[in-house]
Amino acid sequence: MATATFNPEATGRKPGGIELGRVGLYLFLILTAAFFVLPLYVMVVTSFKEMDEIRDGQIFLLPQTLHIDAWRAAWSTDCGLETCSGISQGFWNSVKITVPATVISVLIGAFVGYILSFWKPKGANVLFGIIVLAGFIPLQVFVYPTVRIIAFFDLYGTLSAVILVHVLFSLPLTVLLFRNYYAAVPHDLFQAARIDGAGFIRIFFSLMLPMAIPMLVVAGLLQFNAIWNDFLLGMVFAGRDNQPMMVQLNNIVNVTFGEVQYNVNMAATLLTAAVPLLAYFVSGRWFVRGITAGAVKG
Amino acid sequence: MTPRSDTRPPRFRNWPAFISLTPVWLTALGLFVGTAIYTFYLSFTNSRTMPSTDLVGFEHYVRLFDARRWNTAMVNMGILCVTYVVGCLLLGFLLAAALDRKIRFENTLRTLFLYPQAVSFVVTGLVWQWLMNPNLGIQNTLQGWGWDSFRFDWIEHPETAIYGVALAGLWQGAGLAMIILLAGLRGIDGSLWQAARVEGIPLWRTYVSIIIPEMRAAVATAATLLFMGIIRTYDLVVAMTNGGPGSSTELPAKFIMDNLFNRQNIGLATAGASVLLITVLAVVVPIFFVRAAQQKKARKGH
Repeated sequence: MATATFNPEATGRKPGGIELGRVGLYLFLILTAAFFVLPLYVMVVTSFKEMDEIRDGQIFLLPQTLHIDAWRAAWSTDCGLETCSGISQGFWNSVKITVPATVISVLIGAFVGYILSFWKPKGANVLFGIIVLAGFIPLQVFVYPTVRIIAFFDLYGTLSAVILVHVLFSLPLTVLLFRNYYAAVPHDLFQAARIDGAGFIRIFFSLMLPMAIPMLVVAGLLQFNAIWNDFLLGMVFAGRDNQPMMVQLNNIVNVTFGEVQYNVNMAATLLTAAVPLLAYFVSGRWFVRGITAGAVKG
Repeated sequence: MTPRSDTRPPRFRNWPAFISLTPVWLTALGLFVGTAIYTFYLSFTNSRTMPSTDLVGFEHYVRLFDARRWNTAMVNMGILCVTYVVGCLLLGFLLAAALDRKIRFENTLRTLFLYPQAVSFVVTGLVWQWLMNPNLGIQNTLQGWGWDSFRFDWIEHPETAIYGVALAGLWQGAGLAMIILLAGLRGIDGSLWQAARVEGIPLWRTYVSIIIPEMRAAVATAATLLFMGIIRTYDLVVAMTNGGPGSSTELPAKFIMDNLFNRQNIGLATAGASVLLITVLAVVVPIFFVRAAQQKKARKGH
């Protein structure tokens, strides 16, 4: 397995009963946990308050009563640059972008990883090197010429354009994940399938793809989160009609007329963060595996 | 690694693989290499709103290094390298070490430390903007409790704003460092701990002189990832401060985007992008070669 998994056993020294150091250790952990939880907590409580209550300036207090008006406004009536339809439209745009882009990019990653690991056509290593190197380079280097290319094919500002750029620019990560995953699969297995007469396509679909299910889950999670949380590609390529949620959120929150509706802003922010957070809390260990697998490069 | 000769199928049976890779080659050469070269080329042309073919030499680079906004951006990148990268590594290491002390609720705590990784930069920026709001955020609340001198309005002032961004980044990135360093810690041979204990080496010295040097690879991985993160940092700043107050939280990645799409300054923007490209290559390419050499050595040793 290419993914670094955790040794379930902690390797540190065994504690020697209750001692001062132990207390300090837990104190440190609790304080840092508070630091990490605090922003989420403040977002949640603020989103249920009314503006009068927010103006009292007690950011940590629980709301006196639960008001869901802010959530309703954030979802369907809040105003952005031009329209006042809340963040719901962006939500559906994000779904339309993220789901196909995730599925396609993961499958392509698996297929290319399979070819690079088992078939190794001439130049495979050079190709892999270029792709991995590209993964390190910031999008700012590629983005303008890519706009020209997309515009040349008359796709600029369309749903297909955003999906396409997401798929292509995520090649470095997906190819790397699957190539490393397959590198740990015994080559004999592949040879045996070939001796049994299975061909290029058949070996992939009946053997290698089912075998990579753990990596499909991990890569799918990573890709889903990355694409949902993307701002740059969505802003540049999606155009006004397909604006993903993240771009819309920034418009709604940072472009305000009159008093800032913090409760609505926080509700909108939570709605936008909800999907990846849910994926994270539900998937737990898979997500962790994804991060370590993505990090341990080469 | 098995020798090539028996793993590689005969050439003539390789054509489906070869054909399947064609679009990937096209992407790699066209989209990755091609666009990077085109960006580099544009930085030497007189392009403003539209690309132009008039070559102007290093004019844009001269303007770039003279531009106050770009210089602020580069200085800010340096500040983030010191505060954010070092901060994440430090906090990440402390958390990893603490989690590795056979504590209770390890899974719960790890989940809590890592969840900001699932949150987007835009969301992180917006939340911290709100927490640092001088009138309604944390500052006001704590002053209300009687701590009058408490200040947490960092992003309101040009001198401190970049540290506000660094703190938001730390909140998001420390978990990543933690998880990588924890994997490194768990990979250390248990007998090292035993030996240190038998020798009676104090705990902190065991960490500093034995454990941390053993974790070199994990530290390097985490540092590289965090550094690459800074070079890309764009949406965090857009959402949190939009580069302000003034241009005090400007960053190179944002400078490039602004000049490409808002200021119609393609020449200047591509010059900036080329500087980033060269920076990244200068860091990554040597690592590539060292890695390749190591792998070759390891293969020979087999």
